[in-house]
Amino acid sequence: MSAKTADRIALSVIIAVAGIIMLVLAALLGYLLYRGLSHVSWHFLTSVPQPFRKGGGIGPQLFNSLFLLVLTMIITIPLGIGAGIYMSEYAKPNRLTNFIRLVVEVLSSFPSIVVGLFGLLVFVNLFHLKYSLAAGALALTVFNLPLMVRVTEQALRSVPQSQKEAGLALGLSRWKTIRSIMLPMAFPAIMTGTILAAGRVFGEAAALLFTAGMTTPRLDFTDWNPFHSTSPLNPFRPAETLAVHIWKINAEGRAPDAPEIAAGASAVLIIIVLLFNFGARALGRAIYRKFTATK
Amino acid sequence: MNPVKKDQAAGNRRLRFPKHIREEWYGRVYAYFCVTLLIVTIVSIVWFIASKGLNPFLSGAVSVPELLFGRTWSPESEPPLFGALPFLAGSISVSLLAAVLAAPFGFCAAVFMTQIAPKVGRRFLQPAIELLAGIPSVVYGFVGLSVIVPFLRNNFTGQGFGILAGTLVLSVMILPTITSIATDALSNLQAGLKEGSFALGATRWQTIYRLILPTTFPSLLTGVVLGISRAFGEALAVQMVIGNAPHVPRSLLESAATLTSIITLEMGNTVGGSLHNNVLWSLALILLIMTFLFVFTVRMLERRAGR
Repeated sequence: MSAKTADRIALSVIIAVAGIIMLVLAALLGYLLYRGLSHVSWHFLTSVPQPFRKGGGIGPQLFNSLFLLVLTMIITIPLGIGAGIYMSEYAKPNRLTNFIRLVVEVLSSFPSIVVGLFGLLVFVNLFHLKYSLAAGALALTVFNLPLMVRVTEQALRSVPQSQKEAGLALGLSRWKTIRSIMLPMAFPAIMTGTILAAGRVFGEAAALLFTAGMTTPRLDFTDWNPFHSTSPLNPFRPAETLAVHIWKINAEGRAPDAPEIAAGASAVLIIIVLLFNFGARALGRAIYRKFTATK
Repeated sequence: MNPVKKDQAAGNRRLRFPKHIREEWYGRVYAYFCVTLLIVTIVSIVWFIASKGLNPFLSGAVSVPELLFGRTWSPESEPPLFGALPFLAGSISVSLLAAVLAAPFGFCAAVFMTQIAPKVGRRFLQPAIELLAGIPSVVYGFVGLSVIVPFLRNNFTGQGFGILAGTLVLSVMILPTITSIATDALSNLQAGLKEGSFALGATRWQTIYRLILPTTFPSLLTGVVLGISRAFGEALAVQMVIGNAPHVPRSLLESAATLTSIITLEMGNTVGGSLHNNVLWSLALILLIMTFLFVFTVRMLERRAGR
């Protein structure tokens, strides 16, 4: 075989592979949306699940997922940004910094089920949080923190050095320079990264099985006092999220329409995750344009 | 104290701790606190899981070789047998096979995006790969359960559940990891290398195969190891399609189980503190140790790639 024929064959194989990947994605999304959306209705999105009868919805699960995401982000964002600032501004190039880098790397590669088990041991049992939104949010924080640290560190590092030096030269303290000059400049990147991380948190299930639990108590959606036990806002109640619900009905669903519910819930989950993805990119671009006055 | 002196004292204090120094201290304390928390988290993860997971060995109920090489898992029998070989075999085979399947795809995608059609690649393939990375694992599990398993059941022998179904699902899941690292490696190729090869009259394929592949090999391998590590730790998607039968699989189409799937299934149904429960923690400890091994392998490969 001549070199040219080999070249042609190899290139067509590579192009075919790229095509196959696109096809797989298209088929995946098409299948999920086609099968799922026919089951999605306002009733499905707002009503409670029925364990043994047809016609159950995913209302509480959807709410739990969103609420848990908010709780997680409230804990993760300040901690992640703080540690990210340390990594990019205060860390000296020494052994300790290398060690912390290793810690972040290991933390981000822990399987999510291991993080969930750690949550079960520490947050659920040791802190007596039981299966609750709070325990789930803490477990998700462990899962999400390394990502936030990395996002913040990279965003701060991409701020031009001269900006920082100008701040320091004017006699601002280091912290003031970071807070009022560097963080605003890094903001678009941090925000994009945060939203992408939020998408990941939203779809996470393995870390939540044994922390936020697999059940939801009966919720009273007219009671918004977070200290009442039936209030949706109570952070100390068990909460099954959408992703956990999908897993549960596939594993042990007894409702006659379990496959349709799973398909509908998957479609909803995937649409929300896609919204996070596209939203992060669009917002990042828009803010960047606004901040830098480019067109 | 007369008012003048009092003013002076206040002034001194303010001079010694002016606003910008105080604010610097607050900021510093905050940043240090956050980092300390990271270290505390990882130490406590290792500490708590190790102390639970070592319990069966320390109490003498199960020995390490018994757990690692025992072929029978029957916690209910008398005496209970805790052989985790079926799960180890399941985990290792699904993750290795998934990597073997995904690696060529990832490499081809990276070549396509960096060498053949960068514009099309950036417009279409890159977002596609990112979307694949964003899809939650339960959704992959659901698709595997409702598409791949029935397909395998109708076209091959067996129930459709098993290593092959797990491999197919996992290979799509780890494709983004492998592709993005391969793409980074290929686009950071030393300038002039490729052009030199073309100038010598090599075709594109010759350049890719003889030059780009060997130069970027350590980085490509890093991506593959990261992919394996992700596949090894993936719980729910695998659990949904693998069939969960606790014996060493003899064929790809036979129902099997992995470390993560058995933990997912049995952790909730066992009483905390019982031997059965503690052995599940030992399996979690194995997962933890494997994570460390993967991270160190990746570090080693990265050092080699950097040289």
